[in-house]
Amino acid sequence: MSYTVLIVVLPFLMFLFLGLMDSKLKPKVAGILGTLGLSTVAILSYITAFKYFFQVGKVGEVWQPITALNFNWLQVTEKLHIDLGVLLDPISVMMLVVISTVSLMVHIYSLGYMHGEKGFQRYYALLSLFTFSMLGLVVATNIFQMYIFWELVGVSSYSLIGFYYTKPSAVAASKKAFIVTRFADMFFLIGILVLSYYTGTFSFAELCNPTGPVLGTAFGDTFMGWSVVSWAMMLIFMGGAGKSAMLPFHIWLPDAMEGPTPVSALIHAATMVVAGVFLVARFFPVYYFGAPEVLTIISYIGAVTALFAAVIACTQTDIKRVLAFSTISQIAFMITALGVSNYGGEHGLGYMASMFHLFTHAFFKALLFLGAGAVIHAVHSNEMKDMGGLRKFLPITNITFLIACLSIAGIPPFSGFFSKDEIMVAAFEKDKIIFGILYFTAGLTAFYMFRLYYRIFWGDSKKQYHHTPHEGGLNNMTIPLIFLALLTCVTGFIPFGKFVSSNGEPFVTSINWLVASLSVGVGVVGIIVATVMYLKKNTKPDTMEAALKPLYTASYNKFWFDEAWLFATKQIVFARISKPLAWFDRHIIDGFMNALASVTNWTSRKIKVVQSGEIQDYALAFFVGALVIAALVIFL
Amino acid sequence: MGEQIIFSVLAILIVAFSILSVVSRRILRAATYLLFVLIATAGLYLMMGYQFLAAVQISVYAGGIMVLYIFSILLTSHAGDKAEKVSWKRHLPAASAATVGLALCAHIIYYNVKRVAALDLFNAPTMQQIGTGLMGTSKYQYVLPFEAISILLLACIVGAIMIARKR
Amino acid sequence: MTTNIPLEAYLVISTLMFFIGVYGFLARRNMLTILMSLELMLNAADINFAAFNRYLYPGQQDGMFFTLFAIGIAAAETAVAIAIIINIYRNLKDISVDEVNKMKF
Repeated sequence: MSYTVLIVVLPFLMFLFLGLMDSKLKPKVAGILGTLGLSTVAILSYITAFKYFFQVGKVGEVWQPITALNFNWLQVTEKLHIDLGVLLDPISVMMLVVISTVSLMVHIYSLGYMHGEKGFQRYYALLSLFTFSMLGLVVATNIFQMYIFWELVGVSSYSLIGFYYTKPSAVAASKKAFIVTRFADMFFLIGILVLSYYTGTFSFAELCNPTGPVLGTAFGDTFMGWSVVSWAMMLIFMGGAGKSAMLPFHIWLPDAMEGPTPVSALIHAATMVVAGVFLVARFFPVYYFGAPEVLTIISYIGAVTALFAAVIACTQTDIKRVLAFSTISQIAFMITALGVSNYGGEHGLGYMASMFHLFTHAFFKALLFLGAGAVIHAVHSNEMKDMGGLRKFLPITNITFLIACLSIAGIPPFSGFFSKDEIMVAAFEKDKIIFGILYFTAGLTAFYMFRLYYRIFWGDSKKQYHHTPHEGGLNNMTIPLIFLALLTCVTGFIPFGKFVSSNGEPFVTSINWLVASLSVGVGVVGIIVATVMYLKKNTKPDTMEAALKPLYTASYNKFWFDEAWLFATKQIVFARISKPLAWFDRHIIDGFMNALASVTNWTSRKIKVVQSGEIQDYALAFFVGALVIAALVIFL
Repeated sequence: MGEQIIFSVLAILIVAFSILSVVSRRILRAATYLLFVLIATAGLYLMMGYQFLAAVQISVYAGGIMVLYIFSILLTSHAGDKAEKVSWKRHLPAASAATVGLALCAHIIYYNVKRVAALDLFNAPTMQQIGTGLMGTSKYQYVLPFEAISILLLACIVGAIMIARKR
Repeated sequence: MTTNIPLEAYLVISTLMFFIGVYGFLARRNMLTILMSLELMLNAADINFAAFNRYLYPGQQDGMFFTLFAIGIAAAETAVAIAIIINIYRNLKDISVDEVNKMKF
């Protein structure tokens, strides 16, 4: 299976080629090349998935991880070494399929969406770089390799958000994304170091092995009441929380919508933001056996974030912002599912549900974003008030968007119902409070998604447009939409538990009719409320807004989290810490160096008088020196 | 007795004229005083019994070098001009250095030179001895420095002409 | 031959002459007078050589020959020095040592 390294290397080579050739290639050629490269990667991923899931992966009824490639890159100490390699196990193969499929769809879509933009070749090069980084992240054999690719993903995201680098808001957004995730990654790194220091290894195979050094032996070291493993896993989770936009690190994701819409689809909906979920899933045995209290904290953070983001999404008017908060909310669902999961076969339902939801969410969220992109492309605006009645002009977008909204609301037979239902069952079995929060959030999800759908495609049906929005029929912008819609329809029926589970034992899930009917019910209620308020243009939204004014204002301002962070950095860090340090550096350290230099100058000015140029001065010095030496020799 | 008188006269001449030479403010007079010092030195050599040396001193030093000096003085300055007075700043370190050195050497002479020094028999070298000594090649003879000094003189002649020729 | 004059007498004379020459070298302004003081110093050294040879090594003539060669070399050196001084005079029109102080800071 060592050909799998090509899956990772091929996008990197494509990035180098496209990046170096930049404007020497015609835009169309660059686009086709990038897409061809990605198609090859996608085909290889499907072959790998087929081989793994249907041929070589199962050994004695349990899914085994296969290390396709592993070479020792850096020897840090005698025991500790950083490897680079490719690890294939159920979740990484699943992620390979997801990433390559969504990336391929985005590549095809961008041929049409980004047509005529400046920097077209750079765009495709950066897309390939991102794909390479993400693929390397999911097949990492050890935590340090994952960290390397983690940072690479952050850099690609930064470059792509700031793609329109002449717009100040885009530049500010890219900086914000990079700095916030980098700040969280600081905790991640400390966690890695703590973990590797106490266990002596970076490798997943050794860390996650139930009989291995971490989990098999008792861990005695504690620090302030928690064991070291708990601290390490908590810190690692904080790194994942930054990348996956959990509270309070979520502030970068809404602003990241400044990037081109296909980028938002790829990075900020389907792949990069699930890196945190993937991290916790990768480390799940360590979390479950070594740090169970951290799992509880994770589940509560996830639940609160889901509710919080859903509340904010109800009042936003920029369609991409709504989708961004929706993403935060759905990822929080996934994290919560991991938090409430137990270990082993059927008990690991939360784990399986989380991965299943990751799988389905990638497709329908990408579909939603690409559809939003089509709308923006047609109307040339992001705001809901500029839209309405678009179902007449954009039929394909209308249908696919509707399918995706139904999926996210949890309506059968679309995929979102199956995956979200499993999460609800897992939460119901573990912790009723979390179940309650998730239940309410599901209702809100249905409500705000259909609010979005109606405002765009129904709503003000008599709206006049300057130039008629058009779709163009079957072309490279609509084909990805159709394909993703198809996937949304069928992927719900995959018996996911047979492939992915927390310890490799496949299991079959049966429908819990109580929870299923409850979740469908709350979804339908949400849709009905949205239909009543938004199907035709009326005043019900305004009366509701007036009635809940304080809540509405808080939600519209995103609960002032951005302002709080800005205050903390500007007033506290910059003013109280950075300024004195800068003063110290400039005046005392530089001053010391300058003082050294000026003392040398002053001394040299005083000494140079000795070189007077007068012969007799030199002769005098010579003679006196000879006298002194003679006296010394004679008298001593 | 007579020896000591002549020696004292010569000594007084040497010291007095050398002081005058370094102190005098007219250059030509300084040169003349120097000439007298050199002649008196030749006299000292004669007292010691080195006749050849005295002759060489007079012919080379007093006759050659001093003439050279006088020519160059006449070439480079108006002979009658009075040179400026030496300022205190230059006079003091020079005088003090010289005095200290003098004290040091006097101390050495006083304490170290044996008073038994040979006042005894001494055969002055004859011309034959000097000649064979200058040209001889055995252990204590001086043909090598002789030839070397002739090359040195050649180099100095060429050098002096090169430096001082008219461009 | 024998003599009544002790060695120290010659040494005292040569010492006096030498240090008078040192004074003249350090205190004079005209380059030629500096050279003349230099001649005084050389002469003092020559007297020293001759005196030591006469009094301590009566049978040998090393001191005398050394003095001979020293006189020859003094002559050569004086010639070259005067050539240089004449060159300086041609360029600067002045012979005082205060003028030739360009090799300084």
